[in-house]
Amino acid sequence: MCTTIVEIVKSAGAGKGEDGWFDLTTAVVSYDHPHHALLDEAITIDFMNDALGPNSRVAVELTLEAAKILSDALARAIAAAEIEESGRRRGT
Amino acid sequence: MAYEGMIAETITISGNKGESISAYVARPLGAGPFPGVVLIHHIPGWDEWYREATRKFAHHGYAAISHNLFHRAGEGRADDVAAKVRAEGGVPDAQAMGDTQGAVDWLRMQPWLNGKVGVIGTCSGGRQTFMFACQTKSINAAVELWGGRVVMSKEELNPKAPVSPIDLTKDLSCPLLGLFGNEDRAPTPEQVNQHEEELKKHGKQYEFHRYDGAGHGFFYYDRPVYRIEQALDGWKKVFAFFGKHLAA
Repeated sequence: MCTTIVEIVKSAGAGKGEDGWFDLTTAVVSYDHPHHALLDEAITIDFMNDALGPNSRVAVELTLEAAKILSDALARAIAAAEIEESGRRRGT
Repeated sequence: MAYEGMIAETITISGNKGESISAYVARPLGAGPFPGVVLIHHIPGWDEWYREATRKFAHHGYAAISHNLFHRAGEGRADDVAAKVRAEGGVPDAQAMGDTQGAVDWLRMQPWLNGKVGVIGTCSGGRQTFMFACQTKSINAAVELWGGRVVMSKEELNPKAPVSPIDLTKDLSCPLLGLFGNEDRAPTPEQVNQHEEELKKHGKQYEFHRYDGAGHGFFYYDRPVYRIEQALDGWKKVFAFFGKHLAA
């Protein structure tokens, strides 16, 4: 399959690539041919910096099931973090 | 034992709008004449499989060139460069066509060419092979391997891909060979049927072969999608087709 399932979003923070840490500008999520995982298709996530060369990349290739588990974990951690942050803003 | 040898190297060629792009060339040693083949790489990039396929053509007596459609994204490993291109939304069809014309023109300038040039590509490269064969009169044969998005809906069109390739069929300028897996989802068997109907409608010279038990990318021996029987038969058909249409 040659899918067109691609989500390109802004990102911020830092990622650790082959040459060390770098600032993030972009995250790309797709469902397509993986390069390495022995799967027909995979959820791939790339964290990148648009201003740096192609090798500044943090990459993962996940099974669909692993991607769902990660997505759920992210949602739970973000929800907990928002509760924490709102408590901090109230000074509790 | 007959002497056998080849040269395989990276070079720089003039691509779309005269911009320099990199390319990988493999050809048998000797004066020739050799038929030429241009390989259009797939979305995963200008990678090792394409290097090996280029040398495979040289092993079979062709002068082959695989140009780097992702050259403008910068230097790096093929998977990293492909990821950067994906983040940029892919390369425009028009640019890929110009780069491919540059590869054909480079072959046609070589003293060892027999005067015939074929184009082959897989996946997105299969789609671009078909598009190119509809936009040029400079090639003698085209091989489309499981070209995805040859049939595009209006919703799928965008500034980088403004035309559905199937709508160009009337201008196909050379014989076409197409190989497809019946378990593929891009293109689906229904899309392959549509593609074939359009070729028939315009009286084009083509041969399509559909393989059971194979999906997308069944030539890729380093991926789980590899299907050895279908791939070996497919390669036979590719060489028979080019052998017929690219002989001097």
